[in-house]
Amino acid sequence: MNIPLLSLMTLTPLVGALVLLVLPRDRHGLIRAVALAAAGISAAAAVAVFLVYDTVRAGFQLAERLPWLPQIGIDYALAVDGSSVVMLLLTGIVIVTGVLISWRVDYRPKDFFALLLLLVAGVYGVFCSTDLFFFFFWYEVAVLPMYLLIAVWGSTNKEYGALKLTLMLVAGSILIWIGLLMLYVASGINSFDLFRLQHITFDPLTQSIAFLLFMIGFGVLAGMWPLHTWSPDGHVAAPTAVSMLHAGVLMKLGAFGILRIAMTLLPEGARIWLPVLLVLATVNVIYGALSAMSQRDLKYVIGYSSVSHMGYVLMGLASLSLIGTTGAVLQMFSHGIMTALFFAMVGVIYDQAHTRDIAAFRGLICTMPAVSVLFILAGLASLGLPGLSGFVAEFLVFSGLAQAQAWLFVVLAVVGVAITATYVLRLIARVFFGPPEAAWRALRDGTPLDVAAGASLAFVLVAVGLYPAPLIGPIVGSVLPIVRRLGGVE
Amino acid sequence: MTALYLLLPELLIGGLAFLVLAADLLLPARRAPIVGWLAALGMLALAFFCATWWGAAGAMGELYVLDRFALLFKILALVMGAIVILMSLDYARRRLPGAGEYYGLIVFAALGMALMTGATELLTAYIGLELLNFSLYVLVSYSKWNPKSNEAGTKYILLGAISSAVLLYGLSLLYGLTGTTNYAGIAQALASGTPSPGLVAALVLILGGLGFKIAAVPFHMWAPDAYQGAPTPIAALLAVAAKAAGFGLLVRLLAEALPSTLPLIGPPLAAVAAATMVLGNTVAIRQRNLKRLLAYSSIGQVGYLLVGLAGFGAGAAEAIVFHLAGYAATNFAAFLVVIIVENRTGDEDIDDYAGLAERAPFAAFALTAAFFSLAGLPLLAGFVTKFYLFLTAAQAGLIWLVAIGVTMSVVSLYYYLMVIRQLYVVAPIKVGPLPMTATERALLSVLVVATIAIGVAPAPLFVIVRSAVAPLFG
Repeated sequence: MNIPLLSLMTLTPLVGALVLLVLPRDRHGLIRAVALAAAGISAAAAVAVFLVYDTVRAGFQLAERLPWLPQIGIDYALAVDGSSVVMLLLTGIVIVTGVLISWRVDYRPKDFFALLLLLVAGVYGVFCSTDLFFFFFWYEVAVLPMYLLIAVWGSTNKEYGALKLTLMLVAGSILIWIGLLMLYVASGINSFDLFRLQHITFDPLTQSIAFLLFMIGFGVLAGMWPLHTWSPDGHVAAPTAVSMLHAGVLMKLGAFGILRIAMTLLPEGARIWLPVLLVLATVNVIYGALSAMSQRDLKYVIGYSSVSHMGYVLMGLASLSLIGTTGAVLQMFSHGIMTALFFAMVGVIYDQAHTRDIAAFRGLICTMPAVSVLFILAGLASLGLPGLSGFVAEFLVFSGLAQAQAWLFVVLAVVGVAITATYVLRLIARVFFGPPEAAWRALRDGTPLDVAAGASLAFVLVAVGLYPAPLIGPIVGSVLPIVRRLGGVE
Repeated sequence: MTALYLLLPELLIGGLAFLVLAADLLLPARRAPIVGWLAALGMLALAFFCATWWGAAGAMGELYVLDRFALLFKILALVMGAIVILMSLDYARRRLPGAGEYYGLIVFAALGMALMTGATELLTAYIGLELLNFSLYVLVSYSKWNPKSNEAGTKYILLGAISSAVLLYGLSLLYGLTGTTNYAGIAQALASGTPSPGLVAALVLILGGLGFKIAAVPFHMWAPDAYQGAPTPIAALLAVAAKAAGFGLLVRLLAEALPSTLPLIGPPLAAVAAATMVLGNTVAIRQRNLKRLLAYSSIGQVGYLLVGLAGFGAGAAEAIVFHLAGYAATNFAAFLVVIIVENRTGDEDIDDYAGLAERAPFAAFALTAAFFSLAGLPLLAGFVTKFYLFLTAAQAGLIWLVAIGVTMSVVSLYYYLMVIRQLYVVAPIKVGPLPMTATERALLSVLVVATIAIGVAPAPLFVIVRSAVAPLFG
């Protein structure tokens, strides 16, 4: 089979965005159809990549390579390993459901969908680039449309949220840029090729500085405390589909960058800085959960819960163990689906009620049964109910920490789960149960499209919770060499 | 003198300039657009003619050289001149009545740029520079009835004359020290022996004088006033073409005449680069007038280019030319939108751009793309050219300067976003579509496509730039 699947997946959204640009502005139906088609084709390609990927053989597969600026060692090079295929699958699922949920966007839908597709092209590109220049290239492509998406189509305090998010992310990417240039110069091989750089052992000082640069730079996007502040504000301000993509997928780019670039290329640096990351990640978990507990806006609760859950991802990465790192990648997937479901359902509620104040709602399950059930399911996944994907991922992270004998952090992580359970259950009880408020009798359940989008996300949560092996297999294969090189626990 | 044919491009450009002036004399004033078209098409034809010479090489004694570098800058000068004229057509029709010699002066400016970058001798380079400057002095103050234009012109002439004097003094010192004005001869004379105080003085004066022309800090003060007061297409000419030619001259001078002084001038140039980047980008934040914002942002861009000079070498020279080419397409696109809006509405303030996305979607899109490119975001020219510029600086060990540069890129993103916010987020104050002429639409399309094309597939341009810079480093 000779279809360049990875390029098909990455470039289709770009082509879709270009097509949208030349369509007439008022043909809303056609615009949506084109957006859905582009998202659908790319997602289908992502699923195909997942199916074609040979877990037994492991390693990087489906490689594509074209010289781009060969004079300075830049190739358009794509390939996937086990972690990439899982993240690509996540991206495909979230973008399709995101487009479905955005069906009712009728303010300048042409520009909205074009920017949304641009964003997702960047995300796909990051997950499958094996050239560091292009990794950075796609990373910036994903950041580029954020300002307009939030500032034009967002809600609450949107301009502030959009500006803060954009500037903080770009500031983070400065550090990545400097780090990349450092590695390029220090390697002396005039190449940005991940595979070639992998064979270079950088001197300890370079490793230490570069790792720190990457850790902070990617950490901003991953929502690492104390650089997470853009995330709740940005996610609250963003329109539904953008929140879904951003919290669901984009934050994962940060964690993925730490794994793919920093931990892969800089083992010495990792040994120095991962303990620091572990501490910061633990603060993420606890601080995020406590902040979520004190929020009154539904979206802020989810925003802070994302900060908390990304903490588990970073803890897993920092655990220096095979199981923990595997759990981290699985948690990226699980949290991505879960938080997309959260934001999708909140979006449906907000579009009708025009408020997200927790105190304003009561007994929503009577008027919006499907939306409520789906939201509750996401909530249960987030507090780690066995049978849903969150449980598997978090259990792996905890086991990894235990294996590394970081007992204190195991305890703190479990405390985090307890706090999560508290705020999630309280929220569910308050908003969805109890006698329905008269004011909300007119609310209608989600449209079939909303429910279909939500149900497919929920299905993934359950499926992975019951049978995670198809995801864990490839992930283990891809993180094993990294953990081994770091001298972690296998 | 057998190599006189090497001057054919210059002779043709000069001939075109006189032809344009003659056409202006013979045609009635209301026919001025014909003069403009004659100049623009003539320059494009000459650019094509230069392109067919690609690969030709030869020198006219010690004065003048025709190599790929000179050819590339001739092509750039001609194309940029033609773009400025096409940008001016509707603007001149409404605001500069009977502007026939206006077009002729732009052709002379292009001739000056061609001479500057082809010269291998100090005085020839100086004469080219002055030809450019004198054309610009007149062009900046061309809006005769606009006091701002007169003020800008007067300021520019006075400061320009002073800086020319400074530059000339530096050149005379250099001649005194080396006994020659020929680049290769100077390099030979300087190669042996330790740097003397006289040499330091000469270098300071030369770089100061040229620093004025490219608006490097602390010689940048004239730029914002000149941009604001000049007819807007001329502001674009100043911001893009004059700077490109200035850097062309500097690159050849450093590579061919002053290579042995690089360790001496590197650190001060790095300091100037840092100051220029920081000042240009931070002061831009406070601007209310879009033309002044563009002036400061282009000072910031000069700072990035100076990073290349600070870590000078073959790679850095490539990076400078590469960045200049991308910057030209990008910044012309931004200026064209400003011209279109100003010409229709008289508005120059950033607040007046509110809701442009509703009134002129394509112009708003083009301005956004240009600004994202200037801020260095991908899929656009600015990302890859700036990346390479900073890459060469990192290779020269200037990672601290790179850190300042990328930080300033974020600052620049902030003020660009503040304009983009007006375009897309803020509701329009004035309503009704804002039309543009077919020429403007076509030109803007070409510029936007070029910006994207360089960002997506930079290799062809890079190959041209690399082969153009190669002869300088023998």
